[in-house]
Amino acid sequence: MWLYILKRLGAAATTLAAASVIIFIFIHLIPGDPLYVLLGDGATPDQVDALRQKLGFDRSLAVQYFSWLSNVLQGDFGQSIFFQTPVLSVIGDGAETSILLASITMVWIILLGIPVGMIAAMRHGSWTDQGLSGLAMLLASVPTFWVGLYLILIFAAWLGWLPSSGYPSIFDDGGLANLQHLLLPSLALAAPNAALILRLTRASMLDVAREDYVRTARAKGIRPWRVVVRHIFRNALLAVVSAFGFTLAALISEAVVTETVFALPGIGRLVVQSILRRDYPVIQGVILITVVLYLGVNLCVDLSYRFLDPRVELE
Amino acid sequence: MRETLHTLLAPFLARRIALLGLAITLLMIFAALFAPIIVPYDPLEIDSLARLSPPTGTHWFGTDHFGRDTFSRVVFGSRLALIIGIGVVSFALLTGVPAGILSAMFPRVGWFVMRAVDVLMAFPALLLALGLIVILGQGVLNAILAIGVVYLTTTARITYGVTLRLRAEVYVEASRSLGAGTVWLVLKHILPNLVSPLLVQASFVFAFAQLGAASLDFLGLGAPPDIPSWGNMLAESRIYITRAPWLLFFPGLMIVLTAFSLNLVGDALRDRLDPRFREALGTPRRN
Repeated sequence: MWLYILKRLGAAATTLAAASVIIFIFIHLIPGDPLYVLLGDGATPDQVDALRQKLGFDRSLAVQYFSWLSNVLQGDFGQSIFFQTPVLSVIGDGAETSILLASITMVWIILLGIPVGMIAAMRHGSWTDQGLSGLAMLLASVPTFWVGLYLILIFAAWLGWLPSSGYPSIFDDGGLANLQHLLLPSLALAAPNAALILRLTRASMLDVAREDYVRTARAKGIRPWRVVVRHIFRNALLAVVSAFGFTLAALISEAVVTETVFALPGIGRLVVQSILRRDYPVIQGVILITVVLYLGVNLCVDLSYRFLDPRVELE
Repeated sequence: MRETLHTLLAPFLARRIALLGLAITLLMIFAALFAPIIVPYDPLEIDSLARLSPPTGTHWFGTDHFGRDTFSRVVFGSRLALIIGIGVVSFALLTGVPAGILSAMFPRVGWFVMRAVDVLMAFPALLLALGLIVILGQGVLNAILAIGVVYLTTTARITYGVTLRLRAEVYVEASRSLGAGTVWLVLKHILPNLVSPLLVQASFVFAFAQLGAASLDFLGLGAPPDIPSWGNMLAESRIYITRAPWLLFFPGLMIVLTAFSLNLVGDALRDRLDPRFREALGTPRRN
């Protein structure tokens, strides 16, 4: 077990190391002098010289990489060109919005995707099943920002039930009630991903339902719902849990667009604004942090297999 | 000839809804090819007297804030959708398939190639695409490349998985022991068997490329704003959402229909696929 954890940690660390090289090279691949890329076009020659000294741009790329890496490991992601403050604090400002948005979305995905997928599987072949499966396929083909815009139109503009944009912190006036700002964005973000989890839950439950032990359980006279919950669902969960790794990646990608639509002060919108402002150190920082997060979640998903299904061989 | 046609159509005849998907796809291709003949107005023609007109007999889908005919723009938008779809699929296949086959046939090189694929997959799709756009600059071709790189990884993995299975087949072993070289094995036994799983993958990639391109356009980082793409139309009409909600409806509907129909096609093809390959395909993912 420990050996497995170590091996998986090693693999994730190798991938992260390679990804960090790509993220480091990013600044050098942008057309133009990387020092001006880092400082912005308005930089004075003195500032450029100072940064050249600090980052050692006259030295080899390998030396520069390790100096950058050692800074990053100490929490120094560089300066934002636009805000003139450390990149990490700029990203930190958007963290609350994005973390809350992702968490609420995950709740929607679990609450909508799994039970509805179970219903579709239990009514396999019926009109209910076909309708739900068709709906899931449709939702998986819908751009999140389009759903978001129509949610704004219906629930904010026409009905006036919910705010259309922005998000004041839950630590400001209004407290937890401010979470209502995240209701529409989280629904828009959840739609395609809940659809994916629905389809996975359904497919996985249908697979498990064919197993011998399910037939045995039924033959023993165990109540049908108990067979579904204890024998089928628990075993079908494994495939569903494995999907949460890439659901997170999907959330990060789609949050970029959703936060833009709803004008939320999160990390996703920060990326888009940073691209338009040519604030490359911020883009670099956000990409690095999301890669770490993504690899971390995938590692947890892999390790959770062992607890969900002790039969899984850990090689 | 008739038999080939029947084999091709079989997955669609078995599932009627997939036939609908195929029909919508063909209709979209038709619209893209014959756009100039179909449309009643020039998609770029400005009519300041007919600004933000709701759908009427003269303007079926209404007009935008410049008085441009939305129907004509939506039809012309299918051209870019087709270009993006074909471009992304071609890029993903031309890079992913050789990478996957090479990795499966030469495990030593393959180890490095597949690790490189793992590294690329550690980047969330849209962030990877946005990073590439920052380096390459904005434009249709660069959007195709940026989205293509995302799907190069999944295509390479699928090709790798299927090729590994095929390599272990008895007839491939037999051919090898009779003295067949790697090139012969790939051309004679591997590639023909890759066609079906890759066709399934291609339809999903085509579908998801539409969503990716629409997101880039919507963020103002995809096709230049003067090109009538569905994503650009949504981005432009966003501020008129309460005054002219129909402006958002039609381009969005086209994106959904295109992605939905190709997903249906992909799903139908996938269900008819050899179960051994189905496993290698994994779950189709948007990102």
